[in-house]
Amino acid sequence: MSGFAFDPCEKCEQMMQPYLDRVLTEEERLEAEEHLEGCAYCRKRYRFEAEFRRFVRTAISEPMPPELKAKLAALRTPL
Amino acid sequence: MSETSPETDPRQLAGEARDRVRFEEEALELSDQVYQVARRLTGSREEAEDLVQDTYARAFRAWRSFEPGTNLRAWLFRILTNLNIDRGRKIQRTPDQQPLEENDYFLYNRLEEFGDGNADERRVVDRLSQNDAVTALADLPHDFRDVVLLVDLADFSYSDAAQILDIPIGTVMSRLHRGRRILKRNLAEASVEES
Repeated sequence: MSGFAFDPCEKCEQMMQPYLDRVLTEEERLEAEEHLEGCAYCRKRYRFEAEFRRFVRTAISEPMPPELKAKLAALRTPL
Repeated sequence: MSETSPETDPRQLAGEARDRVRFEEEALELSDQVYQVARRLTGSREEAEDLVQDTYARAFRAWRSFEPGTNLRAWLFRILTNLNIDRGRKIQRTPDQQPLEENDYFLYNRLEEFGDGNADERRVVDRLSQNDAVTALADLPHDFRDVVLLVDLADFSYSDAAQILDIPIGTVMSRLHRGRRILKRNLAEASVEES
């Protein structure tokens, strides 16, 4: 099993969400990046998380049916 | 009657018509984004179309209550999410109380276990199916799904999402965190079942 029985980088995990959502302060961001540089375990999983989010976004996106656009335009107030 | 009241002053009326036209055009430009979120708030394309039409009908009626210069996108999505609640979605009294002891790397570890062990992150993600992602999202409790959709699909900030859903920003953050974890757990289960 390649998973860890316990998480060796608990703090890193706490910072992952705000880091990827770009809401850390400059100081915290630098701290996170410094840690990532020295920790292959977290680096791998941060990359995975970023890839995963991209995947979900693409997977759940469905373009609007073109005829709906016309129906919405028809709801406008007549001039 | 020779005097014109504000309601009948032709200049004022023309100005108002211009504002309204601009408002409607700007709102329509956002319709793709509104549809994308509506599609995942609902179970079918038809329901999503109805919800989007209701949203625009209400927005066009209420256009005067929009304050120019403020966030029109957030304003529209607030109508969308409110109408979605009114639509009578099932209220879940116990929004997923299952313990989530797994850490955030749970899905990654599971996928890696079932792979050849040498895959990079991109190839690990490639093992997931699109249908599983759609199902895993649909299975999220509503409260979590709303937040995940607003932030991860519609790109709203935590504070915009908080305003749209009328919840504190700390609640947005915790629901987002938990929602993403449940999503990963659901997907890990689906992908392990398939392998």
